[in-house]
Amino acid sequence: MSKVGPVTVDMADYLGVNKYAVDEGNPHIELAVDPGREEFLKLVRVCPAALYKIDAAGNQTFDFAGCLECGTCRIAAGGTVVIEWHFPGPTMGVQYRYG
Amino acid sequence: MSDFDVIVVGSGMAGPVAAYEVAKAGRSVLVVERGESCGAKNVSGGRLYTHSLRAVFPDFATDAPLERRIVRERISLLAPDAGVTLDYADERLRDVGCASYSVLRARFDPWLAARAEAAGAEYINGIAVEALLRDGPRVTGVRAGDDEITADVVILSDGVNSLLADQAVGAIRPKPATVAVGIKQVIELPAPVITDRVLVASDTEGAAWLFVGDPTKGHVGGGFVYTNRDSISLGLVVTVADLARSETPIYQMLEDFKRHPVVAPLIAGGKVVEHAGHLVPEGGFDAMPPLAGDGVVLAGDVAMMCVNIGYTVRGMDFAIAAGMHAGRAVVAALAAGDTSAAGLAGYRQALESSFVLRDLRTLRRFPDFMEHTTRLFEKYPALARDAMRELFVVDGTPIKPVRKSLLPLVKQVGVLKLGKDLWRGVRAL
Repeated sequence: MSKVGPVTVDMADYLGVNKYAVDEGNPHIELAVDPGREEFLKLVRVCPAALYKIDAAGNQTFDFAGCLECGTCRIAAGGTVVIEWHFPGPTMGVQYRYG
Repeated sequence: MSDFDVIVVGSGMAGPVAAYEVAKAGRSVLVVERGESCGAKNVSGGRLYTHSLRAVFPDFATDAPLERRIVRERISLLAPDAGVTLDYADERLRDVGCASYSVLRARFDPWLAARAEAAGAEYINGIAVEALLRDGPRVTGVRAGDDEITADVVILSDGVNSLLADQAVGAIRPKPATVAVGIKQVIELPAPVITDRVLVASDTEGAAWLFVGDPTKGHVGGGFVYTNRDSISLGLVVTVADLARSETPIYQMLEDFKRHPVVAPLIAGGKVVEHAGHLVPEGGFDAMPPLAGDGVVLAGDVAMMCVNIGYTVRGMDFAIAAGMHAGRAVVAALAAGDTSAAGLAGYRQALESSFVLRDLRTLRRFPDFMEHTTRLFEKYPALARDAMRELFVVDGTPIKPVRKSLLPLVKQVGVLKLGKDLWRGVRAL
């Protein structure tokens, strides 16, 4: 499977209701410099926050700011795309108010 | 001389219960929790079966922040345009011994932590343990930020996404086939509206509802709905390995699920107030890491103590029981002066004779059954729909005898295949 079906949902609307303390400039997830397409596509499909995207021009993008800290990308592509994954610094990251 | 007798990493379900047992025995115990408040990093579907909580806190129902008592169980097979639902109501579900409640972790976990604190446990919140301290093979404490804190025993209850299990017992990160990703939204609705929509008698009662088929586009997993007091928890759980091959990303699956004709009326007019993601350990008994090492034991999701058999999904009641047994076994090991892996072996023995390892062992074939019985997710929901159409749709054309209307449907899948799946499923349970 080398493609991703149509996406109609705008995840920014949903992540926008969450409470975050974003540690600007200190990403807690690091990606390989040039991750292969197939491995990256896995992350597009499994990340529940839609942080892994392929834009209209075909570029692979990633933004750690809306991270839900589930660790799914570490499981799906640890050691290939995701080369470093640790928890955000003290008091940073998502703060669930319901959970 | 260690700083504490025991350090507990993580304040979810297992951690505070373990800390409570240790503190109650008069031992010093520190809990390190990365959430600024307890529960701030935790997510559940979620429904809590309370039997194991009752064993530790018989009075829990007086002040625990529970949402609704679950008195109705539903399971739906969903095709894209239809749903076939089994609806189970039973007065037995109200019995004290088998009561279950919907919970929201940001509300429940602080209550559980407060019980541990009241017994004498100390807490540090808002900082993650980055590494375990070691002396040779022995775990001797934790490093969090600039602090190094030592203990005779570390109880690791830091959840499914543990970065420390490897250091503790050499358990490398779980394989994509043994964990599922959960995606969940909390959708706010007035309490009486929820009560009416799921057909329960009052705002303190609620329903649990599981869905298979279309919610995951035929991939291994399912959808869920749990009614909270004035919100609905709705989401999906999909095995990571299978999801990685899906054409539809999980967040789009969730959006489509919410628009399904069976689901949409339930949440109509509701407002999404939170969007969450979390891993679910689903590998079962055969994916469990060692439960103890020198100076360390593992309890809860970090040790894959979870079972998902399609109609019941359990993890929190396992974690609470494991926390209780871990705390008690650690207290016994401290008293005996032997906190090596051998000295802590009483923990596993206690779990072996409790429901925790018994159930995980009984159901050890089920994860493999789920993974390899793809017809359950791809074919059977549509088969159920087509069968119901033969029975219920009346449009004036002369009816066919059941043997002529239903048997061909079964033959589409194959009588032998259906029989085989049924037989394998029964054997796995």
